[in-house]
Amino acid sequence: MEYLLAFVFCGFVCLVAQIIYDRTKLTPGHITCGLVVFGAFLDIFDLYDKLISIFHAGALLPITSFGHSLMHGALEKTSEYGLLGVAMGMFDLTAAGITSAILFAFIVALICKPKS
Amino acid sequence: MSSSASQKNATLTFQNVYIESTGTFVGPIEKEGPLGDYFENYSDDLYYGEKTFEKAEREMSKIAIDSCLQKVNRTYDDLDLVVAGDLLNQLTASNFVAKDLNTPFIGVYGACSTACLSMLNAATYVEHTSFKRVLAYTSSHNATAERQYRYPLEYGIQKKDMTTYTATGCGSILLSNQVSNVRIAHATIGKVIDLNQKDANDMGRAMVPCAYDTLHQHLNDLQRTVNDYDLIVTGDLSTYGKEILKELFKADGINLDNYDDCGCMLFDIANQEVFQGGSGCACSALVSYGYLYPLLQQKKLHRILILATGALLSPTSTQQKESIPCISHAISMEVV
Repeated sequence: MEYLLAFVFCGFVCLVAQIIYDRTKLTPGHITCGLVVFGAFLDIFDLYDKLISIFHAGALLPITSFGHSLMHGALEKTSEYGLLGVAMGMFDLTAAGITSAILFAFIVALICKPKS
Repeated sequence: MSSSASQKNATLTFQNVYIESTGTFVGPIEKEGPLGDYFENYSDDLYYGEKTFEKAEREMSKIAIDSCLQKVNRTYDDLDLVVAGDLLNQLTASNFVAKDLNTPFIGVYGACSTACLSMLNAATYVEHTSFKRVLAYTSSHNATAERQYRYPLEYGIQKKDMTTYTATGCGSILLSNQVSNVRIAHATIGKVIDLNQKDANDMGRAMVPCAYDTLHQHLNDLQRTVNDYDLIVTGDLSTYGKEILKELFKADGINLDNYDDCGCMLFDIANQEVFQGGSGCACSALVSYGYLYPLLQQKKLHRILILATGALLSPTSTQQKESIPCISHAISMEVV
């Protein structure tokens, strides 16, 4: 059941994104940013945490969870350091993701060549 | 349709411009297409043994030029002038090839209309100046155009359905004043037309108004009808644009039965992954030099009109949300 729920939610986010891509003139950049902002917005009322508790990896995997993590990190540090915490904590939880994206992109760029 | 043929004459008539030879080079998908057998040189690989796609595009051009000259036993020394263009910034593909030709060179940019733009320039020099043997070539490469105009190749973007596929290849044509069996009869120079289309993924439809305008202009200037031509081809209007152009002419009471689009002829749209058809400078060059010119030589066609169409956008203008101005130049070829 957990697997099914995860699959359904993650697939749903992808479906929405695909429909937007096919039906509008928005670029992948617009859609990705939109989903990040949407995920961050849902964190305001702890809604995204509820989604994670229901759908587990299904909610953690899509890009919406990146917005949720940005918001989470920022809010956490804000409670400790006030307004300055927004800047300090923003990338706390996402640091591992960003670092590995840069590192793996670098390694792949070294060994691979685009075909077309 | 707000644009209609203007009173100004935009058509040049040539008395003494003949096609001496043509040469073509195509990439793998073009070779597999319905016209594949008509192209004498091809590569199975978009890199063509080079380190970058840009270098591959230049090598393809060199081979197309060499095979064009070899057919009539000419060398670079026999050329008086070279006119060429491509899609890349600063015309790098054409310029880097021209440095080996050791011949006076003129670079022209007309986006995908470059095949006709370079031909009409070459023909004008042959007709009116002391340059009597002029080579014109134009190239495009799917990967080099894709990364300049759209996204980095590494990104692997999912293409939208209404896009076209930039053809890979080069077409070259040698014009001179020596009588041969096919001549360049007329050229109509197009106007830049912008009907405020902004979607860079749908350039086929954006280019319809300029093809419509240039075709009307050509017919008006020469007092001809579409039936005076065995075949009329546009450059790369896509399956959508092709139908719209037919509709527009139908609204004017003209049936475009002898009409096709080079982008739709070059590929098997139903079975090849080219979305709505081919585009790029090479598209009209390959179809007209590789396929239509031999048909004229064999007298299977007697008079054709080629309307190469170009979308004059730049990556910067697209990012700044500007609309896409377009242009179309026409060349008519006739059996002597």
